[in-house]
Amino acid sequence: MTNTIKQIFHSPKFVVGFCIMAFILLSMIIYPLVNPGNPLEMIGLGSFQKPGTYVSLYDSIDSSSTIFKLPDAENNRISQKLKDEDRIAIMNWLIDYGVSESDINLSDTNSLLDLWWKNYDSSILVEGMTKAKRNYYMRLNKSLESAKRTEEYVVSHTDKELNELETVRTIENTDYVNIQDVANVKRLPLGTDNFGRDVLKELVSACGTSLRIGLIAGAIATLIGLTFGLLAGYVGGIVDDIIMFITNIFTVIPSFVLLLLISYSIGQDQRGASTIALVIGFTSWVWTARAVRAQVISLRKRDHVNLSKLSGHSLIRIIITDILPYIASYVVMAFILQISTAILAEAQLSMLGLGPKTTEVPTLGLMMNWSMLYAAHLNGSWWAYFPVLLTIALISFSLNLMNTGLDQVFNPTLRD
Amino acid sequence: MTKTGNNEIYSTEEKALCLSGKGVTKVFGSGDKKCIAVNNVNFKFHEGEFVSIVGESGSGKTTLSKILLGLLNPTDGEIFFKGEPRDISSIKKRKEYWKGTQAIFQDPFSSFNIFNKIDTVLLDCLKMRGVKRSDKQEQVRLMTEACNFVNLKFAELTNKYPFELSGGQMQRLMIARIFLLKPKILIADEPTSMIDACSRATILDMLLKLREEIGMTIIFITHDIGLAYYISDSVYIMEHGKIVESGLADEVILNPKAAYTKRLINDVPKIHEAWDLDTV
Repeated sequence: MTNTIKQIFHSPKFVVGFCIMAFILLSMIIYPLVNPGNPLEMIGLGSFQKPGTYVSLYDSIDSSSTIFKLPDAENNRISQKLKDEDRIAIMNWLIDYGVSESDINLSDTNSLLDLWWKNYDSSILVEGMTKAKRNYYMRLNKSLESAKRTEEYVVSHTDKELNELETVRTIENTDYVNIQDVANVKRLPLGTDNFGRDVLKELVSACGTSLRIGLIAGAIATLIGLTFGLLAGYVGGIVDDIIMFITNIFTVIPSFVLLLLISYSIGQDQRGASTIALVIGFTSWVWTARAVRAQVISLRKRDHVNLSKLSGHSLIRIIITDILPYIASYVVMAFILQISTAILAEAQLSMLGLGPKTTEVPTLGLMMNWSMLYAAHLNGSWWAYFPVLLTIALISFSLNLMNTGLDQVFNPTLRD
Repeated sequence: MTKTGNNEIYSTEEKALCLSGKGVTKVFGSGDKKCIAVNNVNFKFHEGEFVSIVGESGSGKTTLSKILLGLLNPTDGEIFFKGEPRDISSIKKRKEYWKGTQAIFQDPFSSFNIFNKIDTVLLDCLKMRGVKRSDKQEQVRLMTEACNFVNLKFAELTNKYPFELSGGQMQRLMIARIFLLKPKILIADEPTSMIDACSRATILDMLLKLREEIGMTIIFITHDIGLAYYISDSVYIMEHGKIVESGLADEVILNPKAAYTKRLINDVPKIHEAWDLDTV
């Protein structure tokens, strides 16, 4: 036993898969401790807020400031406003105006803006330019000029008694606030989703739910498959015929279609994560049953089973002590694959809107469903679906890798 | 080895029948894939007799042995146990039958459950014999006695797994099992074919000693007609599921009538003689 475990942990494939899974599990345990709270809490008003650190503007006004004279500050301020399409538009205007293309360097913000300030005049009419385009350039110029401005901002609040504005403070362009002095800072490494919920927190919670669904469904599928396979393979005869008849019926009906129909007929209100896990488990045991049956048929004729019969052991005892240990490694592998298949099945179901009801728990499939419904893929909000996809892929990859690793340990003919 | 079959003084008429069969047939599959493994076989085994069933691979010896053990049901024909039709229809009756009928299998490496310790194998036999679980001293005494009988040391075997033993040791452990169970009938399915010649002699010697001690019937399945001649009282020659010749070992082997028996005898290599490989 110890030797087998040693062998398992010497298999590089198993170790890689195990490390990925351990990382996912550890994140699931540690992250909620660091960042507690309801994962489905809508913290942001607005959808698909970008990943990053959000600093409270309100609190930063009250925070003590310090002065930094940074040489790149102005350039950075302008560069932030200057999008790639604006740079191209500037270049096009300059070329149309008559500046040689070789003098323009798109990546050098300073030289590009120098050329712009030197040449642009809203009164100049470039030949062939539409009015809309001219207005665009006027707006762009205004935005760039505002970025160039050096005057301070004045923050004031209304004194209701006197009904006049009272200056609270003035903000210079050299004023800086230490982020630690700001009372409210929200770090959203993966931004927010369509409902303004923290995607990372949701993802960690969804991972847990999906793995739980996988475990329940995998355990049910393996248990049914194992029981049917053992009985059909060992007892044989009419029992085998009946079980194989049921198995064949399940084999010819595509299990995913069955899953869809059952999920649909249960109804949205009844569909919790556990119900979905049960439904997946009850529809995916077929191949385990067939595979276990095949293994048991080859085992039941072995002499050690005959010897056990001659020793007067009961059917249950023979199955438990003389058959089960021989197929245990296979069953473990089947279980791992079942978990992976169940997680994928949940994701597929939820993407089609037939997953667990959407108000209670997040699952990986539901997150995909939400981001798809709110067109995250069309508006470029990659953070709402890509991390989910990656997590599904990583879970599935790690489980399959562990399975292959185990297969190589238990089945030496497969070793590299 | 000297011939141990005791044909001169052995007479089947004096002994009671322990196992006999009439028209025993076993068919596997159906239609095009139909295979008649045992074809209308009749036999009579007497108490205390050492019977050999000889035939080449695929002649149906092992299938017949499984039918005799009650692990397979014959398709047709009837088996009689002590003159009465054998009834092993219920689990209880089967268990009772196996108290008196045991087996040694060909491959010692696959005969034991590799997940069970040797103690478990022997304790199962004691349980079958009705030794109380609580009586640890008696259990150890009996297991030590059984191991000593087969030249094994129980103290060295306890807590070991069968796969930690050699093939010869495993087969001896199998005999220790028989020693503990003391069955009336032992079906030995080529027990020596997978072990070396030295161990073979030891194991055969043990089997014969055991027969003397318990007075059991040994049904010895083998492909080695020479071996069968040396140790058996009577032999049954099987070809393609049928018994082509049977009788006392001396009569059948020294004076074979069936062509198949002659061929089998011819196939045994003889030292100092040229070996006719044409018939092999």
